[in-house]
Amino acid sequence: MKHFEVSFIVDPVLSGDEVKSTAQTYKDMLVTEGASIVHVDEMGLRPLAYPINKRSTGVYYCIEFSAESGSFIAKVELALKRDERIMRFLTVSLDKYGVKYNEDKRNGKIGKKVRKEKPAKEPSGRPYQAPRAAAPVDAEVSTEVENPEV
Amino acid sequence: MATQDEIKFLSNPNIGKKQKKYCRFKKFGLKHIDYKDADFLIQFVNEQGKLLPRRLTGNSLKYQRRVASAVKRARHLAILPYLSDLLK
Repeated sequence: MKHFEVSFIVDPVLSGDEVKSTAQTYKDMLVTEGASIVHVDEMGLRPLAYPINKRSTGVYYCIEFSAESGSFIAKVELALKRDERIMRFLTVSLDKYGVKYNEDKRNGKIGKKVRKEKPAKEPSGRPYQAPRAAAPVDAEVSTEVENPEV
Repeated sequence: MATQDEIKFLSNPNIGKKQKKYCRFKKFGLKHIDYKDADFLIQFVNEQGKLLPRRLTGNSLKYQRRVASAVKRARHLAILPYLSDLLK
């Protein structure tokens, strides 16, 4: 059993339902190919670090799934590539630590751990990061809010 | 008036003392580096968005390679910029 993670950015110009149906298409595709979906992380609308296709924001999705073999991934990636609604995608295989990390993140263990370490590591670096870090911090908070529901 | 015993150093003795660098992944037992965590990865790039060398971060070779691949994945997904000014 191998674990994989496919993240993609959906075009923000689409309406909310269209974005959801796009993500659902790929969820269904993975299921029909014989993968079992572990978790779907909707990271929501986030600013891009640089413009892609003249868009400055994107709707991020991350689907974690497990399968016996990764032979169908090429097929899924081809579909993602041909899809005009998808701006970017990335598939990675997860090792056992990656699986554990994602599990811990879902249970809300990771966010605190990282924050506890940061002051110890780079006390001087934090104030400079503060203005830019605003958006990602919001994203982190939103994932934490989602976690109790799961 | 301080006595002779109290005056030990004319300058801070810690200046110029080398502080041993360490690999934070080994020290804190971090086994996985998430490419979606921009706040964490930003510590390993300079303000132009370039990867910092091991010489400065103190990472072990194994984790420096993983940091590098995580940063490159993050760049592909527009989580980190390929190039920028005043990133930090």
